[in-house]
Amino acid sequence: MRFGVVTFPGSNCDYDAYQAVVESLGEEAVFLWHKSSDLQHSDVVVLPGGFSYGDYLRPGAIARFSPIMREVITHAERGGPVLGICNGFQIACEAGLLPGALLRNASLKFVCEHTRLRVETTDTMFTNRFERGAVLTIPIAHGDGRYTADDATLARLEGEGRVVFRYVGGLGDADDFWSPNGAMRGIAGIVNEAGNVLGMMPHPERAVDPLLGSIDGLGIFESMLARVGA
Amino acid sequence: MSRYRVAVHIVPRRGILDPQGKAVADALHALGFGGVRDVHVGRHVVMEIDAADERGAERSARDACERLLANPVTEDFEIASVGAEGAA
Repeated sequence: MRFGVVTFPGSNCDYDAYQAVVESLGEEAVFLWHKSSDLQHSDVVVLPGGFSYGDYLRPGAIARFSPIMREVITHAERGGPVLGICNGFQIACEAGLLPGALLRNASLKFVCEHTRLRVETTDTMFTNRFERGAVLTIPIAHGDGRYTADDATLARLEGEGRVVFRYVGGLGDADDFWSPNGAMRGIAGIVNEAGNVLGMMPHPERAVDPLLGSIDGLGIFESMLARVGA
Repeated sequence: MSRYRVAVHIVPRRGILDPQGKAVADALHALGFGGVRDVHVGRHVVMEIDAADERGAERSARDACERLLANPVTEDFEIASVGAEGAA
C-alpha cells in the first residue's frame, strides 16, 4: 500500500509521517510536492503537521489553494482515504473536507505534551484495530487546536458517530473529557460524512516506536492497512 | 479602470470564545482602563484593487473575504472603507 505524504512549504512532520509508514508500518511512502498535480497513485494521502505558509492569515488557509490540494479533494470525493494530522487537520477544515475550524488555544500557549485520547468509535477505516473506549497516549504540539463548530454541526458529528477521538483526563472514563486547547467537547479528531477523511490534532506518527514513548499511534496506520490494503 | 484602496475588518464572530481579546482586555484593565468592557482582536486588510467603479472594487473585496480572507465558520467581516487611488 502506498502513502502519499504532501510537503507544503513549512510542513515539518512530513518526514515523521514518511518514517512511520516506511519504518514502523513497513509500507511504501512517497513525498508529494505541493506544486505537483500528481498523487503518484497513492492509496492514502497524508496531510502532515507543520506551519504551512507560516500560518499566514489562518493556519491552513493558504495551503488549501496549493495545486496538489485539487487532486487531494478529488481523491477524497472518490472515497480515497485522507489523514490530516495537526496542520493537516487545519488544512482539511479550510478546504471544506471536514466541518468546523481550529482556533487559537484557549490558553494562548503552544502546547507540546502527551495526551490521552479515547477511541470513540472503531467503525472507521482509521480505528478498526482498536477497542472502543480504549485510551491511547499520543502527543500534541500545536498553538491552534481548539476545535470549534456551531451547535448544529456538533450535534451532527456526535449523532453520526463522527467524533473519533476525544481528549480525556487521567481516568479515561466515559463522561470524562478534557481539552488541552479548549476544544469543544474535548474533540481531538473527527471524520467526514463518508468516513474516509480523518482530521486529528494529535500526532500518531510520533507514537509508533517504543523509543518515542508510545506505540499507540501505529494502530491508526494498521487500521488503514487492514481496510484499504485488503 | 481605476484603482481603489479597499480596507476590510475581519473579527471573531460574537459568541465564539476569543481568548486573545480577553487577554488584551485583562491587560487594559491592569493598566487602569476600567471602562473597557470588551475587546476583540481581528485583522485589518488593505487591498489595492483595479475596477471599473467603486462598487466593483467593493464587490471584489467582498468576494475575497468570503473565499479567503475570513473563515465563514468563525469570523465576520465588514468593508471598512473604499477610496479612489487614481487611474490604473
